[in-house]
Amino acid sequence: MDIPKDKLLWIYERMQLIRVFETRVSTEFGKGKIPGFVHLYAGEEAVAVGICANLTDADYMTSTHRGHGHCVAKGVDVRGMMAELFGKATGICKGKGGSMHIADMDKGMLGANGIVGGGPPLACGSGLTAKTNGTDQVTICFFGDGASEQGTLHESLNLAAIWKLPIIFVAENNGYAESTPAHYHCSVENIADRAAAYNMPGVTLDGNDLFAVYEAAHEAVARARAGQGPSLLECKTYRHYGHFEGDAQTYKIAGENERYQNELDPIKRFTDAVLSRGLVSEAEMADIDGQVNAAIDEAVKFAEDSPFPEVQETFTDVYVSY
Amino acid sequence: MAERELNFGEALNEAMRQEMQRDPKVVIMGEDVAGGADVDHLEGDEAWGGVLGVTKGLVKEFGRERVIDTPISESGFIGAAVGAAATGLRPIAEMMFVGFMGVCFDQLLNQGAKLRYMFGGKAKVPLVIRTICGGGYRAAAQHSQVLHSLFTHIPGLKTVVPSTPYDAKGLLISAIRDDDLVIFFEDITFGGIKGAVPEEDYSIPFGKADVKRAGEDVTIVAIGKMVHHSLAAATELEKQDKSAEVIDPRTLSPFDEDTVLASVEKTGRLVIADESHPRCNVATDIAAMVADKGFDYLNAPIKMVSAPHTPVPFSPPLEDHYLPNPQKISEAALGLF
Repeated sequence: MDIPKDKLLWIYERMQLIRVFETRVSTEFGKGKIPGFVHLYAGEEAVAVGICANLTDADYMTSTHRGHGHCVAKGVDVRGMMAELFGKATGICKGKGGSMHIADMDKGMLGANGIVGGGPPLACGSGLTAKTNGTDQVTICFFGDGASEQGTLHESLNLAAIWKLPIIFVAENNGYAESTPAHYHCSVENIADRAAAYNMPGVTLDGNDLFAVYEAAHEAVARARAGQGPSLLECKTYRHYGHFEGDAQTYKIAGENERYQNELDPIKRFTDAVLSRGLVSEAEMADIDGQVNAAIDEAVKFAEDSPFPEVQETFTDVYVSY
Repeated sequence: MAERELNFGEALNEAMRQEMQRDPKVVIMGEDVAGGADVDHLEGDEAWGGVLGVTKGLVKEFGRERVIDTPISESGFIGAAVGAAATGLRPIAEMMFVGFMGVCFDQLLNQGAKLRYMFGGKAKVPLVIRTICGGGYRAAAQHSQVLHSLFTHIPGLKTVVPSTPYDAKGLLISAIRDDDLVIFFEDITFGGIKGAVPEEDYSIPFGKADVKRAGEDVTIVAIGKMVHHSLAAATELEKQDKSAEVIDPRTLSPFDEDTVLASVEKTGRLVIADESHPRCNVATDIAAMVADKGFDYLNAPIKMVSAPHTPVPFSPPLEDHYLPNPQKISEAALGLF
């Protein structure tokens, strides 16, 4: 499938924006600038971007605790995101949500989620809204291999199937639920094999191949928009970092990180593919790299320079407070 | 002309019907809210209209797109209701019995109640969850609970406990129009309660208690079914020359402190009747509030009448012993003189 050039450039820009964002979050977290804890998405960029390249702002998305990449791919402003991670008043959620609760209703981004398996029922809700209102909006429901063992996912797959909801369930199988390998916690080799139990199409993909993700998502999104119901895509991928920043990753196999950070890296693979086919030039990519680095520098500066919220903000944004 | 009377369920039904006529975004979802989905011979008609028949007739008027039978998947459909509310619908979800909230608690506690705050005010969750509560139906421990205290504790939820058909209709209309997630408790024993209910739609504001009976000597704050028991207790107290004022808070979050404090200032005595278990319930909460803000008004200790700290027993003599009743309330009040 041919992807138009402007979309290829957008894809490269978004993948790099995620990578540089996460790399910088790791640095700033190490410096003690970011409170709490963070779960980094680096290494999984082809999944979020390959899926979101098929969406508009009107489409919905539910996300996970590892949600920064989903947000960037859906077009959430990285300044507001970074300020949110810093707990600042200018954060996208006024500093009240933090890393695990970044949301942007204007972009259809219904929230990262601190509860594993918390998102799929919500996705059924936005799917029901679109169906009830008769729009062609689709909902992307990202979840990890860990969430695939939660009852909420199974309930939601069934609900989406019987109500023919316009949802694309995207399993981001990065091989580990926290420190527990998928080959231990999952009863099947491929999560997408479970789609058969819910009478929907299921496809298992190389999630580090942007083109494979894009094409599968293209088909699933078209199917959903046409009122033909949900699909389950499983993208096998890998996280370059630990479950959280500070995770010693003792459960990973020797050499695994290096292999995924080099020959299996999704951005490197995309870059090699588009350059070798002459679809994008090195100069164009270098240009994007410069813009991305500047945008992240600017986002960090914005976050650092922004004030913390006033303590009275504790009592706003909830209808009954005292 | 005599005022029209409806029973409790009919009042709720009328509230939903009128709101669905007014606002196409209002949908109903839950287990058997119509019943018989996909059964050809029903031809779009319902099988049940809710387990207690409260949603009867609505599917015929509004269709199965707006009165949606769900599988027995409480996490799934309550979460779907939260997501639908956050994206523009105004669902009324029916959680058959409040005990079943245990199955879907994450979707309430960590999703529905928190989205608005976590998202810095950019989301709202205009969702009503109607649920059956209360003992006295011989339904045993999992189907007889009174858990309004549990939900009142959680910021991001509002809790509503009507005691009359009039209040039920007006409060449910307010709940549907409210932009917050409202848990609406319907006592299982209220089926036979009738009362005057205006035909037109009307709303009763949240956080406004109702004085169900005026009195001078003792204040009884009563929740849900306890309102009726307290009115019966007040009749008994009258025979003993004691005049009781019965206050129904109607909503527990938000809560009308002023009406309670003004009454205690007048009477100097306070009994609180709550069918909850005795610790960390709404009664202890009201007692703490009055001890804090109305200590100087009190001529006697605050007395609480609640159920014991046990699951609800099944056997009728045990359940009767378990439940607060008019006698327990009047005895508590007389002990203050």
